Amino acid sequence: MGGQSALIQLILLAAVAVVAVLLTRSTADARHQAIRRLSLMGFVVAAVFSIIFPEWLSRAANAVGVGRGTDLLLYGLVIAFLSYISTSHRRMNLMSRRITLLTRELTLAEARGERGPGAASLAPTDREDLEDRGGPTT
Amino acid sequence: MQASHSDQVAPGPTRYADDWLVIPLYNEATVVGDVISAALPTFPNIVCVDDGSSDGSGDAARAAGATVLTHAVNLGQGAALQTGISFVCEQPGARALVTFDADGQHQVQDAAAMVDLIDSGETSIVFGSRFLDGRTKPGFVKRTILTFAVWFTKQSTGMRLTDAHNGLRAMSVQAARRVNLQQDRMAHASEIVLQLGRTGLPWREHPVHVLYTDYSRGKGQSVWNSVNILVDLLFK
Repeated sequence: MGGQSALIQLILLAAVAVVAVLLTRSTADARHQAIRRLSLMGFVVAAVFSIIFPEWLSRAANAVGVGRGTDLLLYGLVIAFLSYISTSHRRMNLMSRRITLLTRELTLAEARGERGPGAASLAPTDREDLEDRGGPTT
Repeated sequence: MQASHSDQVAPGPTRYADDWLVIPLYNEATVVGDVISAALPTFPNIVCVDDGSSDGSGDAARAAGATVLTHAVNLGQGAALQTGISFVCEQPGARALVTFDADGQHQVQDAAAMVDLIDSGETSIVFGSRFLDGRTKPGFVKRTILTFAVWFTKQSTGMRLTDAHNGLRAMSVQAARRVNLQQDRMAHASEIVLQLGRTGLPWREHPVHVLYTDYSRGKGQSVWNSVNILVDLLFK
């Protein structure tokens, strides 16, 4: 069984690597959002399937070198959780940045109002950084 | 505005008429009034950014004669500094600005000397340093942390500074326009050095004396802050 348990390890390592890479990339665009939604749907389908046909899960587990179906499920859950954490962290940072820029603009607008009609507003580069091309979270 | 070689002319209200002090302010109501009163005779233009203080610091600063901007919510010293910098860059005719602490640790003469270097055209950026001469005597723990901060700054920015975490910095408005701090909290100190370095403009250090009073020692930057700064920088 040694060779087969190496298979699950490979799969899990690859999944962790993917999650780590995703940490460095934007998650806001339509493609990533679609991928997340498809994954979620895939997960739901697999879950329903394994509830109706419980032996399927065990067979899938054995195929990759895992003893029990529930163990396979657990591993999948851990990966999904890590992915969620990284996505969530990035979105929180983006939100925090928005709040800063909003507060700053409010502060400067008040100052301009007191001192007379004036000049600048939100720097164009900031606007680009914050473009949310993906819409709401999953 | 003529550049005169410093010591002969006494600082008067017109000498720094185009220069600004930028003071981030958070809960320093007990001392900020005095700090501003002491600085105003030299620097007529002072902008205080009240970062959501809860103790009336903003009112105290305004009463002392500074222009006060207020953040609706507390964002952090880096964010307050950036707001002040953005404000000064919007002011017509602004020539240079100095970032200055609200708690009385910095000396007005040091700020004036640094602005002189910029107004005279000798340089565009001046970093204050406590360790160029022997005036400042921090404690042992603080010195160790600062030594590490200097090393880290050199590694991450390529700039060799003797004092990496000094809040007293002067820059021309031209340099200030290229600053865009994204670190809202304490990690801004390294970020501003990095961004100023990237401008390619001439810079130098200038000796400054930092006053560690009982008040400022009581609220000083703890070791925990250093850990947080490091994490912020590594995981930005």
